Amino acid sequence: MTAMLALEELTVRYNGQPALERVTLHVPHGAQVAIVGPNGAGKSTLFKAMVGLLRPQHGHVLVHGRPPGDQTDPVAYVPQREEIDWRFPVTVADVVMMGRYGRLGAVRRPQAADREAVARALDELSIAHLARRPIGELSGGQQQRVFLARALAQEPHVLLLDEPFTGVDASAKEALLGLLEVLRGEDITVLVSTHDMNTAATRFELAALLNQRLIAYGPPAEVFTPAHIGEAYGGQALFVGDMVVVDQCCPGHVGDGIAHRHSHTGEEKAP
Amino acid sequence: MIDWLTEPFALAFMQRALVAAVVVGLVCSVLGCYVVLRSMAFLGDALAHAVLPGIALAYLAGVDLLAGALVAALLVALGIGFLTRHGTVREDTAIGILFAAALSLGVLLISSTGSYATDLTHILFGDVLGVSTTDLWLTGGLAAAVLLAVALLYRELLLASFDPLLAHTLGRRPGLVLLALLVLLALTVVVSLQTVGVGLVTALLVTPGATASLLTQRLPTMMAVAAVVGVVSSVVGLYLSYYLDVASGAAIVLTATAFFVAAFFLAPHRGLVWRRLGDARPG
Repeated sequence: MTAMLALEELTVRYNGQPALERVTLHVPHGAQVAIVGPNGAGKSTLFKAMVGLLRPQHGHVLVHGRPPGDQTDPVAYVPQREEIDWRFPVTVADVVMMGRYGRLGAVRRPQAADREAVARALDELSIAHLARRPIGELSGGQQQRVFLARALAQEPHVLLLDEPFTGVDASAKEALLGLLEVLRGEDITVLVSTHDMNTAATRFELAALLNQRLIAYGPPAEVFTPAHIGEAYGGQALFVGDMVVVDQCCPGHVGDGIAHRHSHTGEEKAP
Repeated sequence: MIDWLTEPFALAFMQRALVAAVVVGLVCSVLGCYVVLRSMAFLGDALAHAVLPGIALAYLAGVDLLAGALVAALLVALGIGFLTRHGTVREDTAIGILFAAALSLGVLLISSTGSYATDLTHILFGDVLGVSTTDLWLTGGLAAAVLLAVALLYRELLLASFDPLLAHTLGRRPGLVLLALLVLLALTVVVSLQTVGVGLVTALLVTPGATASLLTQRLPTMMAVAAVVGVVSSVVGLYLSYYLDVASGAAIVLTATAFFVAAFFLAPHRGLVWRRLGDARPG
C-alpha cells in the first residue's frame, strides 16, 4: 500500500516554542485516521502545516509525493467553528461555492460543473433547502454541514476535519460519522482531530496519539494502551484499576492542584 | 421645486463639486464594506492622517499635493504591513504608533510654513467647492482604478477576509491580497481628501458600509446599498451645504450618519425597533 499522504520529520515552532517535533506519519490512500491528543498537543498546528498555512522549520508534507501547493485542491480543511466570523454577509450557497474557487481562479464565472458540484455537496449534507440563508442564522450543526459541503465541493483527495465532534449534539455527530462511511467508499483520505478517545477507538481504523511528538500510530487497539495514554497526557491521565480517566479541561490549570468546576472527563477503558 | 434643485448647479464650481462628491461617495462606500467587515476603521483613520506630512512636504517642495499625499499614504500602509508581518507588533499598536508619528510630522512641517491655520483647515475638513478640473480628472481616474481592482479582486478579497485558511488551502496568497487592500485604501483616502478631508474620510468609509450591513445579507448587495447610501449622502450633503451655507464635508458625513441612525432603529429584522417588537410578541 503506497502512502498518499506523508509527513516526514515535521517540526513546527511558534516563536521558538515547539508545537510539533519530528512528526513522521504515513497515511495510506483512502484511510481514515483519528488524531488524538490533549489541548495544545499540536493537532491544529499539524493540519495548518498540511494545508501550507504554517511553514515547518524542518521536514515536509507530501501529497501523492508532491508538496500540497503544487496541485489543485488536493487537501480540504474544515476549520473549527470559532475560527469563522458568522456575521459575515455570505449565504450557504456562497460559502459552498468558495470550494470551487481553486478551480475557478480569480475571475472565471462558475461553469455547469461547478454549480453541479455545489448542488451535489448541498444534497449530500441535506442542506439544499438552506442554500439562500445567511450562515449566521443557522444552528451549530447546520453551520458545520455548510463547511463540510464546501470541503466536498472542492473534490479533495485529503479531507482534514478539525475537532468536528466538539460542540455538536449526538445526532449531528452520528450524521458526521455516517458521512465518513460514505466517504470511505469514495476513496477520500480523512484525518479527524478529536478529544473524543471513545469515538477514535471505536469508529476509526487508524489512530494517532499526539503530544508535540507522535507517541503512537496504528490500529486503535495498539495505540490506546495505558502506557501510551500516560505518555501523551502525563498528569492529566489517572489510572484506576484497568480504567484510564483523562482530564481534558482547562489547559494551564491541569496538574497545578486547582480544582476546576467545569472539568469534563473522557473515559477510556484500556484494552 | 425644479429650480430649487437645479439652482446650485448652475455654477461651474458646484458642478465640479457634485461630480467629485459623487465619485468619492461611491468609491469610499464600496471599499468601506471591507473596512467594516474587517474592522479596519482605525486603520482608515490612520491612513487619512498619515497623508499630512506628505502634503506638507509636497507643498514645501512645490510638487502636486495629491502626489505627496499618495506617497505618504502608501508608505504608511506598507509600514503597518511590515511591522505586523510576523506578529512582532499587534496591528492596532502599529497603527497607533505610525498614525501619531505621521500626524505629528505633518503638523510640524505645516507649522513651519507659516500659513498653519488656513491650510490645515482645508486638509482636515476638505474643500470640495475648490475642486479644479485637473483635480477632477485625477480623482475620477484613481476612483475608477480602485473600483476596477475591487471588481477583479472580488474573490481574493472575499477569501482573504472571510476565510484566509481556505485561501491558503487553495494556494492563494491572502497576505498579499491584504497588502493590496491597504494600497486601495490609501488610494481611496487620497481621492477623498479634497471632498471631506483627513478628519472625515473615515466616516465616509465606515458609515455607508455599516448602514448597508444592517439592511443586507450578501456582500454584493451590501456593496450596492452602501454605494447608494454614499452617493445619496454626497448629493444631499451638497444641497444642505448650499442652502444652509455650512461646510460641505461635514454636511455629507452627517447625512450619511442620519441614514445609519435610521437603519439602526428601523432596519427589518436587525433594527432596534424591529427587535423590540419581536421581543414584545409572545413566542
